[in-house]
Amino acid sequence: MRLISSVVTALRPARANTLAAAGSAAALFLILLALFAPVLCPYSYDEQHLPERLSGPSSTHWLGTDELGRDVLSRILYGTRISMLVGLSVVLFSSTFGLVVGCLAGYYGRWLEEITMRIVDVLMAFPGILLAIALVAFWGPGLGKLIFALIAVGWVGYARLVRGQVLKVKELDFVRAARSLGASDGRIILHHLIPNIIQPVLVQASIGMAGAILAEASLSFLGLGVPPPMPSWGTMLNDGRSHLFDDPCLVLFPGLATMLAVLSFNFLGDGLRESLNPKLQAMELKESRS
Amino acid sequence: MTRYLLRRLILSLLVLWGVVTLVFSLIHLVPGDPVQIMLGEGAQTGDVEQLRQRLGLDQPIGIQYGAYILGLAKGDLGTSFRFGEPVSVVIAERYPATVELAILSLVVAIFIAIPFGILAATRAGQWVDRLITSVTLLGISLPNFASGPIAIIIFSIVLGWLPVSGRGGPSHYVLPALTLGASMSAILTRMVRAGMIEELQEEYIMTARAKGLSEFKVLFKHALKNGMIPVVTVIGLQFGTLLAGAIITETIFSWPGIGRLTIQAINSRDYPLVQGCILAIACTYVVVNILTDLFYGFLDPRIRY
Repeated sequence: MRLISSVVTALRPARANTLAAAGSAAALFLILLALFAPVLCPYSYDEQHLPERLSGPSSTHWLGTDELGRDVLSRILYGTRISMLVGLSVVLFSSTFGLVVGCLAGYYGRWLEEITMRIVDVLMAFPGILLAIALVAFWGPGLGKLIFALIAVGWVGYARLVRGQVLKVKELDFVRAARSLGASDGRIILHHLIPNIIQPVLVQASIGMAGAILAEASLSFLGLGVPPPMPSWGTMLNDGRSHLFDDPCLVLFPGLATMLAVLSFNFLGDGLRESLNPKLQAMELKESRS
Repeated sequence: MTRYLLRRLILSLLVLWGVVTLVFSLIHLVPGDPVQIMLGEGAQTGDVEQLRQRLGLDQPIGIQYGAYILGLAKGDLGTSFRFGEPVSVVIAERYPATVELAILSLVVAIFIAIPFGILAATRAGQWVDRLITSVTLLGISLPNFASGPIAIIIFSIVLGWLPVSGRGGPSHYVLPALTLGASMSAILTRMVRAGMIEELQEEYIMTARAKGLSEFKVLFKHALKNGMIPVVTVIGLQFGTLLAGAIITETIFSWPGIGRLTIQAINSRDYPLVQGCILAIACTYVVVNILTDLFYGFLDPRIRY
């Protein structure tokens, strides 16, 4: 509860930012699409219309059909569910885990910080997507495994960010005052540190959402993500590659959907960064005046 | 400087050891029997046991780990199940193609980023800047598994200018390098813009202008040199991302590099080869990061170690 109110308070300055507002609106739209996909879709994602296979956009199938005669629009809308499910769960769990680990490492320091940061160093020595590919390659494909692999890769960025912020904030006077008044470590972390370090975590989370959507689509494109017949934009793109010559729409539409979803969360991240960073705000203001 | 180098080297060795340990442990993450999975459900018990012995998986885990580290020290990464050759040989054959592609993509990205980053910075807040910033955001958001096939549709199928796939003459490099370099150029353009905006507000730039230096000299001789310092770090960090991104780009364009090899190895459950590929990419990433750190010091003489 305390964490939620910290998040709400931290997001207050972002309300006036156009970019953040546009990003939030697009993100909300995507989440609603994901929730209401079964109602909005004209067909089921695995419903086959073989006589109409590879038919191209028409009045019955607005975005055409794939090689099995499945409606592309319905599959893209259902694909939003997979993207949002993966994105939200990866961001939620990796940011929470990273927040806890980073707070503990930064606050208690010593051996806990050393061990945690060396683990972070090792995990950061892999380009993110490579480690996710490696984990899924050995675990095998599947939605749950994919989410777990992305969380295993994703938490390190949050942990490093939070630890750095905690190191700065824990030396400030109000934290010392709370400690001298006898506040417990848990109370200091929950009531004093987290509310003051949550803003950069939120910025990273919104950009992380874009990253998670992209990673899911990438892994599915490589055949390491969501197993068929579940529709993922990455899988659809990969399937569409074999029809580049006769039906390029099969590549264009899922590609466009991925781009728009990633763009929405990048907008949100950029907007949050702008509005929550007073230094950046001042610089932008100066630029626009010059 | 020597002390810093030594400390950095020791830390990097520790990270490399962690990377090696993680890669070693990957095979133990396989749900069930990795040897059975490699050979398939219908494999004979004798074959399974033979392969298990060959891979050393019948030994206690400590001995397996020791043998893996010793093997690595001798450049032995095991034998590829699919190719029947040492993993190091298979990787060495494909590695140059990936590095070639990554470097070319980097060059493409830098050649796009510097002029557009400077242009955006010098027109900060104006429509040109807004246009460039918006395009870069699009570039960052457009995944290469979407931009690659779209580029094939436009340049190979509709216009017929460039080959669809494979590695051959110079024309074969254009689409893979552009696809791989596109998102990096977007990130770099934003970095160059931010760096240049900051530098252009410095007093030494005002002095240079007051002395009557041409705008070209002010931008390229003074501001760019200092504005590039953070960009170099990003280039270093992004090089590793390029190597990982090559997995997708190489798959799209059937590029015979280590990225495509990784996917082939994963699909054929050739675990020693997958481990070798992951290790090769991760080690390159670590080494490039060390070199970036060192280069950073040379570029900015104010940095003292």
